[in-house]
Amino acid sequence: MFSYCADPKTLEGLMWLSCYITTVKHMSFYVSFLVVMGLISLAAPLAMAFGFAGAIASRSSIKVFRYLGKTYLAMIRGIPDIVFFLFIPIALDQAFEYLRHKVLCPEVTEAIRQGNDFVVCTAAKLPLSSASEWVHDFYGFSLALLAFGFVFGAFTGNVLLGAMSAVPKAQLETGEAFGFSPRQIFRRILLKQMWVYALPGLSNLWMILIKATPLLFLLGIEDIVYWAKELGGIKTGVYEYPHPDWRAWYFGVLLIFYLLLTYLSQLVFDKLTFRLSLGQATMAGKSN
Amino acid sequence: MSCLQTLSDYGLRSIGYGERLLPKADITLCEQFVLIGSGMIWNIYFAILALLLGFFLSTILALGKNSNFWLFSNFSRTFIFIFRGSPLFIQFFFAYELFVILPKLGVDLDLGFVTITLETRWFTKAWLGALIVLFFNTSAYAGEIFYGALRAVPSQDIESADAFGLTGIKKFRRIIWPTMLRLAWPSYTNEAIFMFHATTLVFFTGFPAWQQKGDAIYYASYFADKTFNPFVPYPIVGFYFILLTLVLIGLFSIINRQLNKHLPSQERKKLKINTHSLIR
Repeated sequence: MFSYCADPKTLEGLMWLSCYITTVKHMSFYVSFLVVMGLISLAAPLAMAFGFAGAIASRSSIKVFRYLGKTYLAMIRGIPDIVFFLFIPIALDQAFEYLRHKVLCPEVTEAIRQGNDFVVCTAAKLPLSSASEWVHDFYGFSLALLAFGFVFGAFTGNVLLGAMSAVPKAQLETGEAFGFSPRQIFRRILLKQMWVYALPGLSNLWMILIKATPLLFLLGIEDIVYWAKELGGIKTGVYEYPHPDWRAWYFGVLLIFYLLLTYLSQLVFDKLTFRLSLGQATMAGKSN
Repeated sequence: MSCLQTLSDYGLRSIGYGERLLPKADITLCEQFVLIGSGMIWNIYFAILALLLGFFLSTILALGKNSNFWLFSNFSRTFIFIFRGSPLFIQFFFAYELFVILPKLGVDLDLGFVTITLETRWFTKAWLGALIVLFFNTSAYAGEIFYGALRAVPSQDIESADAFGLTGIKKFRRIIWPTMLRLAWPSYTNEAIFMFHATTLVFFTGFPAWQQKGDAIYYASYFADKTFNPFVPYPIVGFYFILLTLVLIGLFSIINRQLNKHLPSQERKKLKINTHSLIR
């Protein structure tokens, strides 16, 4: 990056370090931090949507929806989330390819599952083998994002459901007494009052979401864990910047990054809890 | 090959007994069930040992965080903050890399005994290295839970203990500790369930599965790779874990009943695991 970096073998000390940490690969490492942030900021609203749908479905008066919603919310209870992270992307990928195969290549009559193979016609491949590199990356990231949305949606759904049932009944009954329709009660009272009850759970979830992001590595995405492993490994004299095994240092940096992220989030949530509990009929609301 | 034969071949495969080669072609449902079940041995091993050891350390950490002695208090706070604030996944990687460079650092420490050099090598093995990480991790989470419960012990209880002349260790063991445990138990059950789930991460981090001796999800992902069909092995893992979770809740509610039995019946709390609290 700097002009004096042309021949790194001659450099020493801070000069060497400044060249070392600005190599092209290190730039990819820094970009992957942004990928993590991007994942968090996209997965959070997605999980919120999934969770909201799950919570509403499990309160539905229609039996089928209720059972579906309840199963979705309860599943996460017994099964480790890593199972879902491994299962959902590959399952979705196969489902998409299966559907595309049925639609795009109706003339192929052979079975798709042949023993240990999953064979679809070339036109049904996702992404197409002719597609450029970034399309593959984008597709992989989207599948990972959906997996995060699904898993954290179930967590969020549980929190929201708990919050909805924590809203004092008297408030809802007041709405009824004023002649609100069930829909109006839901939108004007329940939906507005539930947030303060949901906040502790949601803030907890936000922390868990942050701490789950390194699992991107399991899904084959070049995230911070990938780069830390890649950059930290022993570099022999063949490389421009030879160094011994520095992986512990790199993972130490990641550890500090996550500690900072959770610490800052905690500060924000403390502020938010204070704001939301103002004027509420709770101990926190009365005392300030 | 009958399913019984498979059971004797692969039932203890994860700890190194039975057939050496994993099934490669024509994988049957039975083989998947048996091998993944065999992998559960590791999940149970990690979780139970980490929870048993962690139970003691977490009590110490909770007392530490509550202590007036600044060194003890700060140590506990920092320990809890580091292990709760960072991802377990990164902790595994970091610890593994530390353990790997450990002997290289230790050579100069003038510890020429054979036993010492052997011990540092064991740290890089999952059975010890990963266990230590899980142990510290669960201690931090449970420590925070116990700390919260410790702060919630009713002051009247402590005053009565004082009135009866109980002091020091005796006061803690007879009065404070049982109440703390009773108050913390639902959250601690939750933590225990999550510890079992967390064990699935071990073989996806730095810790290598030596001679393909891995845990349940290690074999599940092996089958998913081999058969290219995720719809069988992953639901099997899910099935095993749901079973395990149910057993765990059963065990913990027996202990919960013991902890609550001195209370008048209307005050006894049933161990109700409501899903919205089941989050770590």
